[in-house]
Amino acid sequence: MNKTAEADIAMHTNNDAKMDTTTMANDLNNTEAGKTTPSFMNEHKSPHQRKRERADARFHFYGFAAIALALAFLVFFFVDIIGKALPAFDETEVLATIHYSEAASKNYNKAIDKKMRGVVSRAWLRSLPAYMKAHPELMGSSAELWVLADSRVDQYIKQHDGHGLKSKHRRTVDAMLKDGKIRTVFNTTLFTNGDSKLPEYAGILAASVGTVFTLLITMLVAVPIGVMTAIYLEEFAEDNRFTRMVEVNINNLAAIPSILYGLLGLAIFISFFGVPRSSALAGGLTLALMTLPVIIITTRAALRAVPESIREAAYGLGASNLQTAWHHVLPLAMPGILTGSIIGLAQAMGETAPLIIVGMMAYIPEAPTTILDATTVLPAQIYTWSTESMRGYGERTAAGILVLLAVLLSLNALAVKLRNRSQQSW
Amino acid sequence: MSTGNNTNNETKISIRDLKLWYGDFEALHGIDLDILSGKVTAFIGPSGCGKSTFLRTMNRMNDRIPSCRIEGEILLEGQNIYAPEVDVVQLRTHVGMVFQKPNPFPKSIYENIAYAPRIHGLVNDGPDMDELVESSLRKASIWDEVKDKLQQPGTALSGGQQQRLCIARTIAVEPDVILMDEPCSALDPIATAKIEELMDELKKDYTIVIVTHNMQQAARVSDYTAYFYLGNVIEFADTHTIFTAPANQKTEDYITGRFG
Amino acid sequence: MNQHTIKRFEDELTELKEKVLAMGGLVEKATKRSMNSLIKQDSKRAHKVIDRDHAINTLEVEIDDMTRTILALRQPAAGDLRFIMTTIKVVTDLERMGDLAENIAENMLKTEEHPLTQISSLQSFSDLVLDQLTQALNAFSKGDLDDAMVCIEENQKVQQNFKSMQREYLTYMMEDPRQITAGLIATDIARSLERIGDHAVNVAEMVIYMVKGKEVRHVDTDTATALINE
Repeated sequence: MNKTAEADIAMHTNNDAKMDTTTMANDLNNTEAGKTTPSFMNEHKSPHQRKRERADARFHFYGFAAIALALAFLVFFFVDIIGKALPAFDETEVLATIHYSEAASKNYNKAIDKKMRGVVSRAWLRSLPAYMKAHPELMGSSAELWVLADSRVDQYIKQHDGHGLKSKHRRTVDAMLKDGKIRTVFNTTLFTNGDSKLPEYAGILAASVGTVFTLLITMLVAVPIGVMTAIYLEEFAEDNRFTRMVEVNINNLAAIPSILYGLLGLAIFISFFGVPRSSALAGGLTLALMTLPVIIITTRAALRAVPESIREAAYGLGASNLQTAWHHVLPLAMPGILTGSIIGLAQAMGETAPLIIVGMMAYIPEAPTTILDATTVLPAQIYTWSTESMRGYGERTAAGILVLLAVLLSLNALAVKLRNRSQQSW
Repeated sequence: MSTGNNTNNETKISIRDLKLWYGDFEALHGIDLDILSGKVTAFIGPSGCGKSTFLRTMNRMNDRIPSCRIEGEILLEGQNIYAPEVDVVQLRTHVGMVFQKPNPFPKSIYENIAYAPRIHGLVNDGPDMDELVESSLRKASIWDEVKDKLQQPGTALSGGQQQRLCIARTIAVEPDVILMDEPCSALDPIATAKIEELMDELKKDYTIVIVTHNMQQAARVSDYTAYFYLGNVIEFADTHTIFTAPANQKTEDYITGRFG
Repeated sequence: MNQHTIKRFEDELTELKEKVLAMGGLVEKATKRSMNSLIKQDSKRAHKVIDRDHAINTLEVEIDDMTRTILALRQPAAGDLRFIMTTIKVVTDLERMGDLAENIAENMLKTEEHPLTQISSLQSFSDLVLDQLTQALNAFSKGDLDDAMVCIEENQKVQQNFKSMQREYLTYMMEDPRQITAGLIATDIARSLERIGDHAVNVAEMVIYMVKGKEVRHVDTDTATALINE
């Protein structure tokens, strides 16, 4: 561009006869050729500009690095957990001959051949006498059945080190493997059983039912009380010293360590009201205490996000306070309230600390049938398993975490969906 | 209800020595004003002069502000609306309000209109309500635009249509007075013209009080104009006088753009 | 009065007023010059008046254009509106006065063939009318109600003078028919002067409207005074 412009100028200045038009043409060419290009079009960057661009690039890099690091941790976490948990969804079965004999009904070890003892799950064997009592017609017969293998066999089959299988058993297993008398099936035990002292027989059923019971109580107590409190504070209460004090305290409650709620629950519900220890009721009420501030705060935020113009419209038409809140404000705030409640409940679901105090960290193999039965919850179950030394519990811990994560993530996804719905314009 | 009252010059609202405080701040210093029945009265003045505040005292919307305190009287057809026995909810069915930003409820167009008559028990759902919805929408000159989409959300309409929907919603309870707080400030000129035309139509049946920042609008739509400045009514006269030969120098300066 | 928040508007109003005053000055000068040409029998001056009438006409068009622009773009109200309205009216009056001055100059040229005998009464009459015009322009320039009232009150005297002059010329023409052409010319000049006075009164009345916002047209002087002092 520049070169052609110079050429043009040279050509025109040589042409004296057309002086006037030349000057005009020069002016035109100058602008066209970019001789008067504005400073923001400079081809040569100033040091200041270069410095600024370097700072920008640096910032981009830091931000990207931070995100990459976080993603790496996340990927590592998921790979690790899933890698550890996946084997838990399989269990090993062995083909064993079962003798439904008189001796077996007294000593369950007699039900199988001697060499199979230590290969077949002891927990399964233990359940045999009861089964025989229920089916007396089997007495005296024997059958070849696929039965649950011992955890050590299971670990050996899954080729994990440190499975603790004795060498004689290992020989038996190797032989059976050759004869096709060992198979791997989907682990239903994990979902149909409660806790057990034998890892191959331990499942999350009791803890899951306990979690459902506990959360139901938390929800039924915390959501109505929290939402009503928030509506009162936001729509009805006068702005005075008392309400301000309540507000500050609610905000503070949301920030105190959760274990203190456990102590509070112990003192109030168990010691004072006599709610049975370890029960879903005690746990649920304690978690409700903990969730209440979260629900109040998020509900108030949702109510505050409803535009003042909607309230004015309702008041302007002669709607009362209650009508305004009930007919207009609450429906608009509902998605926000639901989001807050779900997040609060999800938080409660993952909580262990306060439940330790109210005794929900005990060994409870049976699923509760009422809210007053002793029970445990998923995170507590996971914690219990993680402290066990046997290798079989390790993968079950990971499986438990995976189940808990899946539920929490779906709850959060639901919350996000509701929040998006609430972002409609009005 | 108050049909055909634009022929006589009776006073609809009479304000006597009205003072208003927000906490310790005195926002209105003794306002005396008579709003005539069946006329459009405009309040003009710079921001913060108290005209909106004053407008809101007339259907007690200021009650919602805890620090707000009022002295003096506002007589609606001779009754002091600040008397202790007055039911604010009932008052607001007599004195309706249209706001600065169109604020239809995020419900259907039909529901927007039907809401107030229903909560006040004026009309039962069914054919009567259908009729009331239609007549309200017709009075607000928006029926033809929405008759085929009554079940669609009111928020889906254009700004000007939303504002006319809000006016329809207000007149559904047959008020005596309609207060309008800068009703066109969020609208384009065409939508504004439609609202202004509508106001001209509505003053046959209703007394209208409008606050506006747009002096030309006050000049176009109102019969009477009050100029507010620092919580006082500086001048109140018929609109023609205010805009051609105001008596007060402050009014003159504001009207001609020599303010501040 | 305070300054406008919009400086350009203020400038436009000032410029408009200056233009009207300039036009008033031209009209005043044209009237004086046409009368001088008559008194001194100087046809050169009369030609000058006729030649320069277009300057007044040009100003009228310019001012009309400005007022139109201001009305369309600024939507003046109150005092500004009254000023613009006054300007629109005053400009028409001034243009007419310019035409009347031209008419006097044209009549002067006719007097070369038909010399006027009694010029002194015309001279004193023109002094009166010119004073009226000056008062009206001063009133417009300063927004002065007193000047405007003086202008309006003087009109009575002008009317009386005009009537007596008409009688005077009629008498001459009846006495001496050869004087009829000269008499008609003199009457025409006197009528032009009287009309200039009328237009000056119009200007003064518009000034009163501009300042007070009160209409004093078509009312008697006493009522006008009462309205002003209200």
